[in-house]
Amino acid sequence: MADLEALRSRALIELSAAGDAAALDAWRLAYLGRQGAVTRVLRGLGELPAEERRAVGAMANAMRADLEGALAQRQTEAENAAIAQMEAGGIDVTLPGREGLVGRLHPITQTLREMLAALGAMGFQVAEGPEVEWEYYNFDALRIPWYHPSRDSQDTFWLEQKPESEKRVLLRTQTSPNQIRFMEKNQPPVRVAVPGRVYRFEATDATHEWMFHQVELLAVDEGISFKHMKGTLTQFARALFGQDREVRFRCHYFPFVEPGAEVDIQCGLCGGAGCRSCGGEGWLEIAGAGMVHREILENVGYDADRYTGFAAGFGVERIAMLRHGIDDIRNFYANDLRFLRQF
Amino acid sequence: MQVSLKWLSEYVPLTLPAKELAERLTLAGVKVEKIISQGEGWDGVRIGEVLEVEQHPKADRLSLVTVDVGEEESRTVVCGAPNVAIGQKIAFASVGAHLRDGHTGEPAVLKAAVIRGVESAGMVCSERELGLSEAHEGILVLPEDAPVGSALQDVLGDTIFELEVTPNRPDHLSMLGVAWEVAAQTRVKVKEPERVYQEAAASTAAQRTSVTIEDKELCPRYLAGIVERVKVGPSPEWLQARLLAAGMRPINNIVDITNFVMLETGQPLHAFDFRKLGGQRIVVRRAKAGERMRTLDGADRELTPEMLVIADATKPVAVAGVMGGSDAEVTSATTTILLEAANFNPISIRGTSSALSLRTEASIRFEKGLHPELASVAARRAMKLFIEIAGGRAAKGLVDAYPAKRSDTRVVVTRRRIEQVLGSDLSTTQVRAALTELGFGCRWVPPDRYVVRAPYWRTDVNIADDVVEELARVVGYDRIEAESLAGAVPPPIHDPVRDLRESFKDAATAAGLQEVITYPLTTTEVLLAVEPAGALEVHPPLRLENPMSSEQSVMRTSLRASILQTIASNLRRARGTVAVFESARAYLSTPDDLPDERQLIVGGVGGVRQGRWGEPTGEALDFYDAKGILEEVFERAGVELAFRSGEEYGLLRGRTAELVAGEERVGVLGQVHPQLASRFEIDGDVFLFELNVAKLLPARKMETRYRPQSRFPAVTQDIALLVDAAVAASRVQELIASSNLVAEVRLFDVFEGPPLPEGKRSLAFAVHFQSNEKTLTDADVASARERIVRRLQHELGAELRGSQA
Repeated sequence: MADLEALRSRALIELSAAGDAAALDAWRLAYLGRQGAVTRVLRGLGELPAEERRAVGAMANAMRADLEGALAQRQTEAENAAIAQMEAGGIDVTLPGREGLVGRLHPITQTLREMLAALGAMGFQVAEGPEVEWEYYNFDALRIPWYHPSRDSQDTFWLEQKPESEKRVLLRTQTSPNQIRFMEKNQPPVRVAVPGRVYRFEATDATHEWMFHQVELLAVDEGISFKHMKGTLTQFARALFGQDREVRFRCHYFPFVEPGAEVDIQCGLCGGAGCRSCGGEGWLEIAGAGMVHREILENVGYDADRYTGFAAGFGVERIAMLRHGIDDIRNFYANDLRFLRQF
Repeated sequence: MQVSLKWLSEYVPLTLPAKELAERLTLAGVKVEKIISQGEGWDGVRIGEVLEVEQHPKADRLSLVTVDVGEEESRTVVCGAPNVAIGQKIAFASVGAHLRDGHTGEPAVLKAAVIRGVESAGMVCSERELGLSEAHEGILVLPEDAPVGSALQDVLGDTIFELEVTPNRPDHLSMLGVAWEVAAQTRVKVKEPERVYQEAAASTAAQRTSVTIEDKELCPRYLAGIVERVKVGPSPEWLQARLLAAGMRPINNIVDITNFVMLETGQPLHAFDFRKLGGQRIVVRRAKAGERMRTLDGADRELTPEMLVIADATKPVAVAGVMGGSDAEVTSATTTILLEAANFNPISIRGTSSALSLRTEASIRFEKGLHPELASVAARRAMKLFIEIAGGRAAKGLVDAYPAKRSDTRVVVTRRRIEQVLGSDLSTTQVRAALTELGFGCRWVPPDRYVVRAPYWRTDVNIADDVVEELARVVGYDRIEAESLAGAVPPPIHDPVRDLRESFKDAATAAGLQEVITYPLTTTEVLLAVEPAGALEVHPPLRLENPMSSEQSVMRTSLRASILQTIASNLRRARGTVAVFESARAYLSTPDDLPDERQLIVGGVGGVRQGRWGEPTGEALDFYDAKGILEEVFERAGVELAFRSGEEYGLLRGRTAELVAGEERVGVLGQVHPQLASRFEIDGDVFLFELNVAKLLPARKMETRYRPQSRFPAVTQDIALLVDAAVAASRVQELIASSNLVAEVRLFDVFEGPPLPEGKRSLAFAVHFQSNEKTLTDADVASARERIVRRLQHELGAELRGSQA
């Protein structure tokens, strides 16, 4: 009996000394576990004489219940203490987190994708074409023969060619040649967007690059009119620049459309009043457009009395510059990560 | 084209404020790029008359000028201009006037000043100080009849529209053409100038001269007029002012009249000194090979048979439609002139002008295509002015060589077509009004069509849709409604290469690579650094015929150099890791067709490893940093590729893996050979990968089939093996994974060196055994493991190192 009492007081002293969950668990194993001291006492009862067994058994069972109760209490205390300690010793949450590499899409890819997504929502699907192109597709098929003054505004990189070949090869100056390629292979209804790089033999400055990107739209079907061109391009421009932007259409000449237009959006900085950013005009040009010239439809074998359509060409760099306030186009291909990581 | 509104108002009433008019014209396709207000800020500038000019007492080059400005007291100011003289009408600025600095051109307010001891309260202005032009060598001298004391603005104030002219609209290079646009946009009428003149000479033009056109294709019409007894001298002030307003310099009355009429009508004209024409006749012919002439700009030009010239009996006297020659130039001694008003083939003029690198006011008009009728209109106008201004007597009639008269352009436009193109019907009244106001003829032919006649100045209108555009722009593009596209949506376009390429871009950025876009033009030398010479023999790089620089003269056949250049330039600026990629095309020439534009994704990683906060550490990157990124890219893009030891030009042997889909090599990853890295000025280790997008298609996981998660517990056991160092770890792992009771295998330790024997290494894997059908017993696991170990021993010579449960 005295042994049991001693065991109990020793257990309680040790329990009070056990400070954390691990020590408490060790204590539980030492006393209440399968090989624990109390368990051993209970297991040893059978060896006692019958008269002692009953009293010792009752006492040992009571002691076990006490110790279990004390343990539970200590566990609660220890848990609370631990939480209190964690709360007391808070960390500096403003230290930076563990950093991994972060990559982003090039701002031109981002802009291009947004443009294609907005067009996709209007049923325009992407059709890509070659960058190295026959003169025919880039110019002649678009009603720009060699002597046409329009060629002046599209100075061209020509490729060296073998003396025996008659067809000249160039770096496409516009994405429009793929209009022709697409229509040659597909019948109306046509609704495509042609994205891609284009090249102009042109000195670079803050607003000119010899390489840039365009997105060309083409829709041809029965019943497509100037109204639809206005509706589609307005919707598209607003998807890019905001629903409240004013969009206007100005008459303009491109050999492959008739009637032709240029598309402007109201300047976002001055709201149309005229400022430095829009050159005082209040408007910023974002696209060339028009009803596809009937000779072009005829060239690809369409019935130009039955089908009509519109086409438009957007400069991706220009859109990205307007949206992000980038004042120098040369940033795009200098590939300085300090620039690229901003987007 | 510079359009002075003052001048324009002689042909059409201007009923709108300039800004509003500019807007209307701009929307209608006559783009006003700039509105210049001449005289804005000329408060305090008045017209004065020079009364006295005296030498400045202390400065040789300065004078003291006394000016009458219409007040009781005259003013005396200091003036440095060499051309100041008594009796001149000049622009006098009082103190406080807003001008421009004569040297810098910046806006400046005039202050009183003491110049070399003499007080000067005011200034006699130069053109530059008034913002009229850049000229400031001398003062602006005004016409003699300028009223002293009036504000300068009343005399010289004007608004100038600078127009952008599209290649199809030669009429926009004329005042009358612009006037017709104003008329249609503001619903007013055009007032054509007077073209009737007296023919006072006794002889007829045909008696005096003859015109022979040898090449009718290149010269459809040539009109010649003769005016005798002209007095060559300076033009009257009003004429000079017109030319100046349009940005042209006055020369003499004869030349000025030809230029004035060109500006007014759009028809270039030329005047020859008739007596200098050999044989007194005109021959329009192609130049002979080797023929030379001196043009009015003083240059000696060698002509070729592609060029059309105007010749006399023996020699060329003008490059047709481009520039006159100095042999028959009108000078102050000229008394009889021959006026040329001709029509030339636009293609020929364009060719000649570009061959001679000589773009003139004449050539830019001819090359846009003019109507032969315009020549006769302009000729009569010029003849009238010669008589009025230069006092000449015109020979009777004009010599008109016009072998094939061009008929008017008539276009049938149906109502249906108007509606089809514009989306809405226009009333016959609207159509007729719009076209008539533009100078077109228009006849409604019931029940459904119009017959439209284009005026001679509108050579751009040839088909029904051209007329439809005219209607749209007169009605106003802004008044046409906007409507969403309706109708059938075409079937989807499948472009799997593009789809995969785009998902690779997403995957690459998610894995930490920054996308870059680089130029596709480079040099053969740069390509040879990254590609074996043999590759360039198979696909010789495409060369530009007209490169802008030798650094950008061939189309790239590889993107590797661009990536290395990008890494190098960024490593110079940044510390830490530079990880970039580009998705672009390589241009591989083919013998007979356009090049194969191969879509590649190329990327690289260089610099040093970054620490917890992105700070550069001292640790070098290794192959596995790059491989880890690439594996993540594959994982995210959904492609399954194997890495095999391989070799590649420019990459370090032993640190290069080829990427394999099935048995096909689709790409490569490796450490850039140090010699190549240093060629691109990269110091540390740098790793490069390249993928051929089209070839990756078969490696896509086509569709993910769902596999139920096992409901039964997994048993994890470690297997540590001693294997030959040459055995690829991937083979060991694949063999373990091939057991159908193995759910997952993960490498967790690699060890080489003592105490292990030479040439051996230890690989330790954690293997998860699991079944979909039952809870595995110890015996099941033991026998599966036993089978695996046996296969490892037999097939790979691996030896079990001991295992723990």
